Amino acid sequence: MNVRGTRLTNDEFHNVAISVDHAPEIQYKWATGVAITKFLAGLKEGKIYGVHCDDCERTVTPPRMFCEECFSPMNNYVELPDTGIINTFSVAYIRTDAVRIEKPQIPVVIDIDGTTLTPSGFLHLLDDVKIEDLKIGMKIKAVWKNPEDRTGDITDIKYFTGVEA
Amino acid sequence: MTKKVGLVSAGITRFQRRAKETGKELSYYSAKMALDAAGITRKDVDGVIIGSAPDAFDGVHQKHEYLTDGSGGYNLPTMRGYVGGGTGVFSPIQGWYCIASGVHNIVLITTEEKMSSVLPSTQAAFMTIFDNLIERPLGPNLIWIFALEMRRYMEAHGIPKEHIASVSVKNKENAIDHPSAMLGKKWTLDEVLNSEMLADPVRLLDISPVADGAASFVMMSEEKIKEFGISLDDVAWVDGVGWNVDTTMWTNRDLYYPKYLEKAAHQAYNMAGQKNHSPEVLRKWLSFAEPYDPFNYKELHHLEGLQLFGKGKAPQAAFDGITARDGDFPTCPSGGLLGVGNPIAAAAGMKICEIYWQLTGKAGKRQISGDLTRGLAQAWGDLMQVGTVFIARGGRVE
Ligand SMILES: [Zn+2]
Repeated sequence: MNVRGTRLTNDEFHNVAISVDHAPEIQYKWATGVAITKFLAGLKEGKIYGVHCDDCERTVTPPRMFCEECFSPMNNYVELPDTGIINTFSVAYIRTDAVRIEKPQIPVVIDIDGTTLTPSGFLHLLDDVKIEDLKIGMKIKAVWKNPEDRTGDITDIKYFTGVEA
Repeated sequence: MTKKVGLVSAGITRFQRRAKETGKELSYYSAKMALDAAGITRKDVDGVIIGSAPDAFDGVHQKHEYLTDGSGGYNLPTMRGYVGGGTGVFSPIQGWYCIASGVHNIVLITTEEKMSSVLPSTQAAFMTIFDNLIERPLGPNLIWIFALEMRRYMEAHGIPKEHIASVSVKNKENAIDHPSAMLGKKWTLDEVLNSEMLADPVRLLDISPVADGAASFVMMSEEKIKEFGISLDDVAWVDGVGWNVDTTMWTNRDLYYPKYLEKAAHQAYNMAGQKNHSPEVLRKWLSFAEPYDPFNYKELHHLEGLQLFGKGKAPQAAFDGITARDGDFPTCPSGGLLGVGNPIAAAAGMKICEIYWQLTGKAGKRQISGDLTRGLAQAWGDLMQVGTVFIARGGRVE
């Protein structure tokens, strides 16, 4: 088999080979929609909203305008506690730009208390925890920014942290 | 009644971190190789499929238009299907329905990826697949979600990391025999287990490397196979296809098990006429599989979703050598993404090439011993939500 393709080393690619550079200047500004606007406005007030499907009889978060399961509209918003349990987590020593970091970030998927049928929740970060104590099923709570600093963003919750037993 | 469809050839480039060739040129290499191997020319082709993953890697929007010439699609009915990492197995599914439906008779399929163009790293481009409203502000990277899924999977079944790491050892060693491979090498289990920690529990040698590359194949209707006088020894019939997609709201489902893949697998087995989907029966019915292995645990996770092992049973089987190339049920005899490399769509396309070469006895040093009946290739992608499944059988297998 005559396999073809010409390898460039890192040095050749960056310093020797002919190449063309382009850094696109492009920005986005997204309307946050019906359901996530409600969710983000709630965060600004220090509340976590879910939404109830009256047909499936389940409460889910993050909210959505329609149920992906039964395809009914969903507009029965319910306030949920700002606590939950760790569904899964990682201890990450690599950033989005692949740069290694000393103090790890701890991404976590939280099953928010008060969601029903099957647990649901969202991605966030853990902090102010002992890494060696972390485990799936551990109870955690939101740590909020001060009200005057909140902007209606997922980062209005600074992070989640452990709940004292 | 659908028409019978066969794979009649395959072609592939070298996989490498940075290729001098453009994506279009890589596509030309593999497409030409597949045409030559089939003994046909572009004039014989009446439809072209292009499989390529996010445009963000290339900085060329709607890159199928750019890739068309290299894929042989100039002035022909040409289309691109795109389901993220699942693309390379979705493209032959598209090829199959173009012929099975009677629309085309000969289809040339090219899967391509060039990931080296984006700076400073591919992670910047991967960022754009996350939810734009409530996930991206947290600064996620792709390794996070693998780490989160891997931990959930390990926790659900109490899986030791040694069992998962054994998949890296197996695939990287299998890749020594693949002429396209980037990373064919014999590693020890300890080296994998002690490689750099990136996002616990994911370490460096748990991951496949990003790459540039292309892979192509030719599909024909049964009439054309006869008309061109192609020997059945050089044919692999399409036996079953399946695909399925879950919600992007991945934090709302239990990541320990890929339910969407189970659904895709049932679809493919049923189409192939295999009604018994128990692991023991399926592993006898199939001779081998190329499950999608961008990370080592994913091969195991997918083998379970494919019903080829019970839930939580694949890790021990891998550790025990059952899935080695000379084991009872070889998986990733090619070397997989972990060993050959991971130019996204082309990596899964490489698995289709491997199914073809294994079933037609053309896999060289990688050839699995014994009479092979059927092989399965599978890929996975989008935001951990899509499963694509493709089953082929030997040209003389009824
Ligand atoms: Zn519903």
